[in-house]
Amino acid sequence: MIHSLFLINSSGDIFLEKHWKSVVSRSVCDYFFEAQERATEAENVPPVIPTPHHYLLSVYRHKIFFVAVIQTEVPPLFVIEFLHRVVDTFQDYFGVCSEPVIKDNVVVVYEVLEEMLDNGFPLATESNILKELIKPPTILRTVVNTITGSTNVGDQLPTGQLSVVPWRRTGVKYTNNEAYFDVIEEIDAIIDKSGSTITAEIQGVIDACVKLTGMPDLTLSFMNPRLLDDVSFHPCVRFKRWESERILSFIPPDGNFRLLSYHVSAQNLVAIPVYVKHNISFRDSSSHGRFEITVGPKQTMGKTIEGVTVTSQMPKGVLNMSLTPSQGTHTFDPVTKMLSWDVGKINPQKLPSLKGTMSLQAGASKPDENPTINLQFKIQQLAISAQAPADDAHQSHAAIVQTHQGASRIALQRR
Amino acid sequence: MSSNSFSYNEQSGGGEATELGQEATSTISPSGAFGLFSSDLKKNEDLKQMLESNKDSAKLDAMKRIVGMIAKGKNASELFPAVVKNVASKNIEIKKLVYVYLVRYAEEQQDLALLSISTFQRALKDPNQLIRASALRVLSSIRVPIIVPIMMLAIKEASADLSPYVRKNAAHAIQKLYSLDPEQKEMLIEVIEKLLKDKSTLVAGSVVMAFEEVCPDRIDLIHKNYRKLCNLLVDVEEWGQVVIIHMLTRYARTQFVSPWKEGDELEDNGKNFYESDDDQKEKTDKRKKPYTMDPDHRLLIRNTKPLLQSRNAAVVMAVAQLYWHISPKSEAGIISKSLVRLLRSNREVQYIVLQNIATMSIQRKGMFEPYLKSFYVRSTDPTMIKTLKLEILTNLANEANISILLREFQTYVKSQDKQFAAATIQTIGRCATNILEVTDTCLNGLVCLLSNRDEIVVAESVVVIKKLLQMQPAQHGEIIKHMAKLLDSITVPVARASILWLIGENCERVPKIAPDVLRKMAKSFTSEDDLVKLQILNLGAKLYLTNSKQTKLLTQYILNLGKYDQNYDIRDRTRFIRQLIVPNEKSGALSKYAKKIFLAQKPAPLLESPFKDRDHFQLGTLSHTLNIKATGYLELSNWPEVAPDPSVRNVEVIELAKEWTPAGKAKQENSAKKLYSESEEEEDSSDSSSDSESESGSESVEQGESGEEGDSNEDSSEDSSSEQDSESERESGLENKRTAKRNSKAKGKSDSEDGEKENEKSKTSRSSNDESSSIEDSSSDSESESEPESESESRRVTKEKEKKTKQDRTPLTKDVSLLDLDDFNPVSTPVALPTPALSPSLMADLEGLNLSTSSSVISVSTPAFVPTKTHVLLHRMSGKGLAAHYFFPRQPCIFGDKMVSIQITLNNTTDRKIENIHIGEKKLPIGMKMHVFNPIDSLEPEGSITVSMGIDFCDSTQTASFQLCTKDDCFSVNIQPPVGELLLPVAMSEKDFKKEQGVLTGMNETSAVIIAAPQNFTPSVIFQKVVNVANVGAVPSGQDNVHRFAAKTVHSGSLMLVTVELKEGSTAQLIINTEKTVIGSVLLRELKPVLSQG
Repeated sequence: MIHSLFLINSSGDIFLEKHWKSVVSRSVCDYFFEAQERATEAENVPPVIPTPHHYLLSVYRHKIFFVAVIQTEVPPLFVIEFLHRVVDTFQDYFGVCSEPVIKDNVVVVYEVLEEMLDNGFPLATESNILKELIKPPTILRTVVNTITGSTNVGDQLPTGQLSVVPWRRTGVKYTNNEAYFDVIEEIDAIIDKSGSTITAEIQGVIDACVKLTGMPDLTLSFMNPRLLDDVSFHPCVRFKRWESERILSFIPPDGNFRLLSYHVSAQNLVAIPVYVKHNISFRDSSSHGRFEITVGPKQTMGKTIEGVTVTSQMPKGVLNMSLTPSQGTHTFDPVTKMLSWDVGKINPQKLPSLKGTMSLQAGASKPDENPTINLQFKIQQLAISAQAPADDAHQSHAAIVQTHQGASRIALQRR
Repeated sequence: MSSNSFSYNEQSGGGEATELGQEATSTISPSGAFGLFSSDLKKNEDLKQMLESNKDSAKLDAMKRIVGMIAKGKNASELFPAVVKNVASKNIEIKKLVYVYLVRYAEEQQDLALLSISTFQRALKDPNQLIRASALRVLSSIRVPIIVPIMMLAIKEASADLSPYVRKNAAHAIQKLYSLDPEQKEMLIEVIEKLLKDKSTLVAGSVVMAFEEVCPDRIDLIHKNYRKLCNLLVDVEEWGQVVIIHMLTRYARTQFVSPWKEGDELEDNGKNFYESDDDQKEKTDKRKKPYTMDPDHRLLIRNTKPLLQSRNAAVVMAVAQLYWHISPKSEAGIISKSLVRLLRSNREVQYIVLQNIATMSIQRKGMFEPYLKSFYVRSTDPTMIKTLKLEILTNLANEANISILLREFQTYVKSQDKQFAAATIQTIGRCATNILEVTDTCLNGLVCLLSNRDEIVVAESVVVIKKLLQMQPAQHGEIIKHMAKLLDSITVPVARASILWLIGENCERVPKIAPDVLRKMAKSFTSEDDLVKLQILNLGAKLYLTNSKQTKLLTQYILNLGKYDQNYDIRDRTRFIRQLIVPNEKSGALSKYAKKIFLAQKPAPLLESPFKDRDHFQLGTLSHTLNIKATGYLELSNWPEVAPDPSVRNVEVIELAKEWTPAGKAKQENSAKKLYSESEEEEDSSDSSSDSESESGSESVEQGESGEEGDSNEDSSEDSSSEQDSESERESGLENKRTAKRNSKAKGKSDSEDGEKENEKSKTSRSSNDESSSIEDSSSDSESESEPESESESRRVTKEKEKKTKQDRTPLTKDVSLLDLDDFNPVSTPVALPTPALSPSLMADLEGLNLSTSSSVISVSTPAFVPTKTHVLLHRMSGKGLAAHYFFPRQPCIFGDKMVSIQITLNNTTDRKIENIHIGEKKLPIGMKMHVFNPIDSLEPEGSITVSMGIDFCDSTQTASFQLCTKDDCFSVNIQPPVGELLLPVAMSEKDFKKEQGVLTGMNETSAVIIAAPQNFTPSVIFQKVVNVANVGAVPSGQDNVHRFAAKTVHSGSLMLVTVELKEGSTAQLIINTEKTVIGSVLLRELKPVLSQG
């Protein structure tokens, strides 16, 4: 299976290597660099690259390439999914997964990797178990370790690996028993110039934070389980019970985990809670164009829209933009031609707008299309899949991503 | 020098280590020539000292720094002796780091590595299972050939360890030893065989991995463990699941006969086309025998289904490829939804999944058609994802959706990502060739693109137009003229070459332009690209042959230029053309045919998907992704013509009994397991001889068991009848317990099972008296669960007696297949036809069940088509400027199960705000319910808003009247639903359709004869017309002349079956079967004119 792992940063330095079988020379990465050069952009590097003797499978996250070297046929998703799990674990351990953090914690990283794979086959990938084996570094522990000379390696042998419930450790104790569930929904929509929705889908997850003593067995029922017809579960959920009764029954892992994620593709029902009015014009003759966008709320059930950011890739012909926002801050990168505007909250009384002029390359013909506008925002305490739908927005071909939180549709039972 | 020491500082892992590093730096005195060398030495000296110190903290720091060096890929091998001494350290972290070091360098320092072996040997005997496991892990990771015998011994011992965790590590060690010394293969296979029998979920994944690595061809080792693996699968950890599923897919392809019927194959576009007649014959031969799926085959398909909901993309993909490769084609549809869900995942996952979908969508469009919009490209997608999505969209394009797709493509063409825009143009070309209806539209669209500003777009359009024109040599003189003009402006060589080629081919159609083009080209010949030069030569030759009067001199001029060109291809071509076309005394016979040679009819290029040839690789594999056979790829074999003996999978009872010997520890573990998963319970109960089996649970396990028992019967039926009796007694005892439990649980379901019981009774009575009466008793007073048992038993009995009772056989098998289905889908019937006795709440429960267990048979599916037709609710004249339209989005209503969802678009055509739009008084007929939309605070002038509401029409076409109010006014409006919108499409198999239709005859059937022109009776036209009128789902049909559609009414859930049967001439019979005869006849009345008009 997985032979070796190389971590490569965006400037093309290999800053960590780990081998699970015999050592593969790092020159194998030359093939990767070649592909990287050809791809121009990092995200266009093909995830699977064949070389004469090896195959390089890579994922790109946090500006780091995680390149796995394999020698024989293996389902590519197996490797890719595993690499993502590695990144998730690092993030879980260190808070962020970045080159300096990995370099600082190289020993912990190595120990974790050693436990995650045995001879290239995944061994312990549950973060609960890993954290028992190797304790994540905290500031306090670093200090204590320095003084007392104790270590990050757990002194008790983990038992989770041996049980049928590998994701939960035994002997958990809390004085306050509590469990929290966050429902987070994202809409992903494409809206055309005239404002009609081309596609929209809802992607939701239920993240849980469970702090309960012992071996709790929980059931969770939904008001309208029919909406959840396309779901994926944490391994702790009993498939059979869900299949037969539409009830989630599970022994939760300790701490934070993603209980389930679901997908609702009933696009006609998606109400998009914001609209964008745009007025972008390039004139053929002059070297100036006008630019104006306004963002406003729609169908928000009285909730505030927060964390609004607008990004737009301007055409190549745009040299610079001089804009004034009514609120928030904006930047325009003349190299990548990326305009981003951090709006913040939307006040329905005074709609945020961004106005100004663009200076265009002289002599260049005018771009044949209005740029795409991407809009991201958050609404707390609102679940879109259960609310009355409505949509209407005036903007060009744009993708909207949004996050909602709410716990309205959940009834918790403790046994 | 100093820089060297700095970098060294960086490596040391922060904190205290840095301090020590600085110390080290200070001791190094930079000293000229050999500074670099000595510093290295020094550094290592320093580390050595630390390792030899008494303090653990110093050792630990040294080890940390060494690991840092390893991580950076720096050589630390010379520290080996110093490090290896610490292998027995008491400090766990030091120990672990030493292990890391050892595994990395043992290969290079074999002799020294042996020093550490005794430590591991000792640890292998440790009472703590985790220490035993980790010792085995490290020992087997040390790649030193000399310790092979020790490793072998350790593996053998560990494989018999009481702890499943140690056994798991033994399974991993097998692969390591095999890669170190392949000669141990035979011995290792023995260990694998032993571990395959292991019942622990921990071991299963790892041992199958070892199997795949060491002896993937020893399929015989799997037989006895097949059922166990299937049953354990859900509880194995996710990585193991992937490996097991891939292995079982291969296994199934060698052991079972093909479940694909010939009718299904027709779906595979053109696949039949290439098959020889013999193949066809063979197939028809096969078809004569009715196909029954091996219960083991079914077991695998059924037990993998829940894994489609795994969070792990690799597991989902593995199940998807399993369904694709081994399930009946009618059932493979369920994977599409899960695959589409994966598209929300990371870029890399998307890439792989899209590739697989691309391959699937070539063969079976229908699977992904409902998800068309999920493949729409987002501006934020990376280019590789965009092109893959385009590929899939092209594969999915058909007459019905092409117009929507073309509109989408128009947006893509304008994309700033020009590479993607070019790919889109190619896609349009492919759609144009595949779907003849739109060829002209596409061509026109592409011609418009010729005036695009971007050169790449224009060039790509030219190339595609060339291909299109070549396929349609009709009159396209205008386009060619237009393109000839482009030659002045366009610079991309491929495009120029394409234009020249086109003009050459059609030089007789544009007699005036062609010579002129040649003249221009002659002028610029020397500065053209090679590609263009070749085409200029071709154009010249062609013109010379057709119009030598005008072009003779020009051509000769060009030929002269070509003669002295730098490129030898061009010189060659020039010489060749000159000999062929210019008559001289030496020219041979060929020149007479020059015109035929140059102006022959050329076959049009086939615009094909690049994924066309990938289907011979197993989906989800690396080879499929790369489209090259990867090292170690195992070919998926074709289905065997005749299934190998299925009895090899039966597990002997004696062996089972052995396994039952109680082990105190195992029992303890079991109790913990029981808590968790049901299927495991079963597994454990056989482990521990306790009678916990009575808990029941998964039918499948029982089926497996019954196989075992049936086998025992077979073996011993001749002489040892006593044994058999006791066996069956035990069985019946369990059975009764189970029954009791079950009955208390499932009163509601008993209705539905009546029918099955009857079947069962008749079957048991038919099957011979070999079966002990106790079983018969238990099964006849029973629940559906006991059914598979008696079924498979009876099957086996039948087989035994096959020779004697050949006549009996046919009806029996038929029964079995029917039962197979019922057992799979116990509650499908009551859902479709709810008896009034069922309370609504119970019905809802059942519906929940239905969704999960029987999605392959009858379940609400997504609408095949959503008409965009809107109806006027309120005209702007009568609404004082407020206009309202409504349409039926055909989605299940979120406000209530029985409601039809309706979308209302409100427009403000006035020049002032309309405030507080809401629904006022409702005048609904009795029983009707309505869920109103939330009041709209205000609607801007020229603004519009879409809201959605639900109305429960009680399955009638009665009008729902209500008032639409604003702040100032109230307007009475009403909605009368077309009968077709009172339905929800359901997906069902042809077999079920026929079964249901058989029930709904007589009064429940209405029919009519339709007369229309034959072109209206093509499958796509009929489909389009029917789904336009009514929200029904198509049922896959085995016959060309019969089209079936199924739906259920929204309110009561009654089935509505529509059949269009084409007769000779231009008539067709339209039949509707439903309990709701009123709706049925209204629907008939609406469908009839639609189908008959042109």
